[in-house]
Amino acid sequence: MAMPADKKQKSLTLEGKDLARVRKQLLAKYPPKVARKRDKQIVVNRVAPDGTVPEIQSNVRTVPGLISQRGCCYAGCKGVVLGPTRDIINITHGPVGCGFYSWLTRRNQTDPDSTPDGHNFMTYCFTTDMQDEQIIFGGEKKLKQAIQEAYDNFKPKAIAVFSTCPVGLIGDDVHSVCREMKEKLGINVFGFSCEGYKGVSQSAGHHIANNGIFTHVVGTDDTVRPGAFKINMLGEYNIGGDAFEIERLFEACGLTLISTFSGNSSIDKFANSHTADLNLIMCHRSINYVAEMMEKKFGLPWIKVNFIGAEATAKSLRKIAQYFGDEALMARTEAVIAAELPEVQKAAAEIRPRTEGKRAMLFVGGSRAHHYQELFNELGMVTLSAGYEFAHRDDYEGRRVLPAIKVDADSRNIEELEVHPDDTRYRPRISADRISELQSQGIPFADYEGMMPEMAQGSLVIDDISQHETEKMIAMFKPDIFCAGIKEKYVIQKHGIPMKQLHSYDYGGPYAGFKGAVNFYQEIDRMVGSRVWSYLKAPWHKNPELAAKYGFEG
Amino acid sequence: MLLRHTTSEIKERAALTVNPAKTCQPIGAMYAALGVHGCLPHSHGSQGCYAYHRSTLTRHYKEPVMAATSAFTEGASVFGGQANLLQAIDNIFTVYEPDVIAVHTTCLSETIGDDIPQIVNKARSEGRIPEGKYVFHANTPSYVGSHVTGFASMTKAMVDYFAESAAPKSKLVNLIPGFVEPADMSEVRRIASEMGIASIMFPDTARVLNGPLTGKYKMFPEGGVTIDQLRQSGSSMGTIALGTLASAPAGLAMDAKCKVPCELLNLPIGLHDTDLFVDTLRRMAGVNVPESIDLERGQLVDAISDWHAYLYGKRVGLVGDPDQLLALARFLRALDMKPVYVVTGTPAGKRFEEALRETLSGVTDEAHIAVPGDMFLFHQWIKNHPVDLLIGNTYVKYIARDEDIPYVRFGFPILDRMGHSYFPSVGYRGALRLLEKILDAMLDRKERDSTNSNFDLVL
Repeated sequence: MAMPADKKQKSLTLEGKDLARVRKQLLAKYPPKVARKRDKQIVVNRVAPDGTVPEIQSNVRTVPGLISQRGCCYAGCKGVVLGPTRDIINITHGPVGCGFYSWLTRRNQTDPDSTPDGHNFMTYCFTTDMQDEQIIFGGEKKLKQAIQEAYDNFKPKAIAVFSTCPVGLIGDDVHSVCREMKEKLGINVFGFSCEGYKGVSQSAGHHIANNGIFTHVVGTDDTVRPGAFKINMLGEYNIGGDAFEIERLFEACGLTLISTFSGNSSIDKFANSHTADLNLIMCHRSINYVAEMMEKKFGLPWIKVNFIGAEATAKSLRKIAQYFGDEALMARTEAVIAAELPEVQKAAAEIRPRTEGKRAMLFVGGSRAHHYQELFNELGMVTLSAGYEFAHRDDYEGRRVLPAIKVDADSRNIEELEVHPDDTRYRPRISADRISELQSQGIPFADYEGMMPEMAQGSLVIDDISQHETEKMIAMFKPDIFCAGIKEKYVIQKHGIPMKQLHSYDYGGPYAGFKGAVNFYQEIDRMVGSRVWSYLKAPWHKNPELAAKYGFEG
Repeated sequence: MLLRHTTSEIKERAALTVNPAKTCQPIGAMYAALGVHGCLPHSHGSQGCYAYHRSTLTRHYKEPVMAATSAFTEGASVFGGQANLLQAIDNIFTVYEPDVIAVHTTCLSETIGDDIPQIVNKARSEGRIPEGKYVFHANTPSYVGSHVTGFASMTKAMVDYFAESAAPKSKLVNLIPGFVEPADMSEVRRIASEMGIASIMFPDTARVLNGPLTGKYKMFPEGGVTIDQLRQSGSSMGTIALGTLASAPAGLAMDAKCKVPCELLNLPIGLHDTDLFVDTLRRMAGVNVPESIDLERGQLVDAISDWHAYLYGKRVGLVGDPDQLLALARFLRALDMKPVYVVTGTPAGKRFEEALRETLSGVTDEAHIAVPGDMFLFHQWIKNHPVDLLIGNTYVKYIARDEDIPYVRFGFPILDRMGHSYFPSVGYRGALRLLEKILDAMLDRKERDSTNSNFDLVL
């Protein structure tokens, strides 16, 4: 299915550099064992006519000492997936640090006044602040009491508990504590065994979060909300207000958003999300599990969408309208696109002469390195190289490779829930015939084609890039802009190259949808055109010779 | 309201910390290790730890923060992290070529019980540590102490591993600056050098975490104490350790190991604690205080007298780290302000609490102290009886906004403003800067709340 990574690559070049040599240079300094491993994670992109791409090793352990971008399982579970949900009290069970670092640091925006009770605990950090006494004698008692105190002080609708590394080692049974307290308090209390050492990256935490939310929340409320075209938005975390912009477009088109997982979200909305008729997936990596499980249990199909980039947004909105097949909806959708697109195109046309041909590198996340190439394309920019921090092969090569992915020991430890159709609530939303009809019209169901098929031949794809490789790439190619996260930001900028954070968007956003695209164009225009990068050398370094001149001679 | 669930009704909590006023040991250890020249901090735990610490330090400094990790997986957590650390040491010296690796532990590796010296010895005997390069370590379990104690332990490790006793003693003075900003470290050193005293400072993050933009990235920047200096520190004539929590363990270890006498002082924040620092330096080194220092002091006293009317009797709430809080409370008292609420998350002990109570003894309003406490409790106190000014890290801005109270950012972390890495808050100049910030916040508020009739040009 996939081509061997090394064949026929010698002929490919990137900006005149022989890519085989580039790869060699990236690996040259590594000890042989490390080089052998990294070799499989650095791939020259080649897209065959049938869309197949070379195999890239991913979702494997980071090499100790190599300095990667990755975080941990807890970060993926608490920080990414559950963090943006405003009305759950999220208690971090462990020493103080994990809760502290994941407190408000991801720029997930929320609007608590959009739900009747107005609950919002996102501005709070709750932790059991585990001490050595609990490490020695166990932390269950303290956790139980912490849940009680959270209830007494805040009267929340739900409490979730997140385990950190030592909890797993000392063997606290957080799930039985949660069950006991759920019974006692009469509210939903559930736990996540998302100890930091599990899996190989944040990705394990996403999976665990998906399992937990599906088991404990989804389907707990069968209330059917009014609305003709009911959808869920999955894998959208409302960084910098992205979800607000997407919600605005849905409303304009006449779509009813039942729940977002999990930007600007409420647990009440997760609870009856199974009553929607279509799941839309933005970030495939972090949330595809929930979509698959909902399809199996409740019968709602899912499609991949992308609201990053104006063209992609228009395409995604059309796909949704086409799924429902309603003439009025399709007409409204076209009207929305027609009303919004001209302003975006005007902004792009104005900015593009300044960005055309500039070169970008994106090393971020599990979907953003793919999605943001859309926006750079719209600015006439080129993506030289890209890679994910914690993605799997399907995010690179497309879901077609899923059957071929070998499950290693690290992934096997993450539970795969067995899901069956619900006895009373399973209801296929559309017939098999209709699905194949839509598929023939270009709407792939339950599919994601991955990043690499959409990237240029001869671009370089690097999984879990290390600090060393980052340095080398910068030295060899000197890109005009580099995208990654906060840890990388100032390293890149010390080189005199602007660096855009695509986790938190620095201070900016929204970048989703039509208005978001304009924001992003303007931001990239500002960054690649900033004069600050020309200030690096003092006049006396540019012109070291001594000579006398009058001031006005300049 | 941002903290809309916080009410004035205070219920006792024994198990749940809400809005902590501390974080965990390893980040302090990482920060201290960055103050050693050519050093790569290494987190012996799962990779989330170092990712979080690097992110937080990066957001605070807007500078590269380099560190490595043992990247524990489930297997390492069961079988121990020796293989991971050995491999990491190998890779780090091969690929990144630091002079030194400073290993700190985490809750994970401490719970497993990994023996770092044994692993480092193994690395050495297997030839994984190149000639002339070093690996040192500190034990920093996250379930003990706080980021401040982590800093203290890593600083002490510098003494334990490197300081060499020698006689006769040199003319150098060791300065242990405490968990303060790079700009503060520079200012402490500047004061000593203004007095003609040559010093060794450790750790020293100046020019590491406030470096220039030149277009050339240096993974190991210019700054930091060198291993040679750390060796020599054992033959210095004396040590001044600033801040009990952050610096005493290193200062006392130096005394015990190398017979270098240690003077333990508060952080030199504000008038009186800077006086004490300068006076101690003078006596230790046997020098006269130059007029330039008198001038700086005099300017501070002058400014206090000029602006006293706006400060007198104002109620202040403080959250932060023990060493900073004690010195800051003393400074606020010197300004005739009333620090009425003081909270730290760090378990700083009875003696700290006594010293703080003594400092606040002249405050006529009832002072509330929580050691350790959290920002939720702090906010509840404010709900019950507001203050005129808040001083604390960036998280305090949520309280300041909800309660509409003037606010000065001070402490760790500051994620949303510049200045702390360039301008000191220690010494007389630092005190002037703090005074300026306090007055700016309070006078902006006074003017915002003025009517058109009582809006004055001259204040």
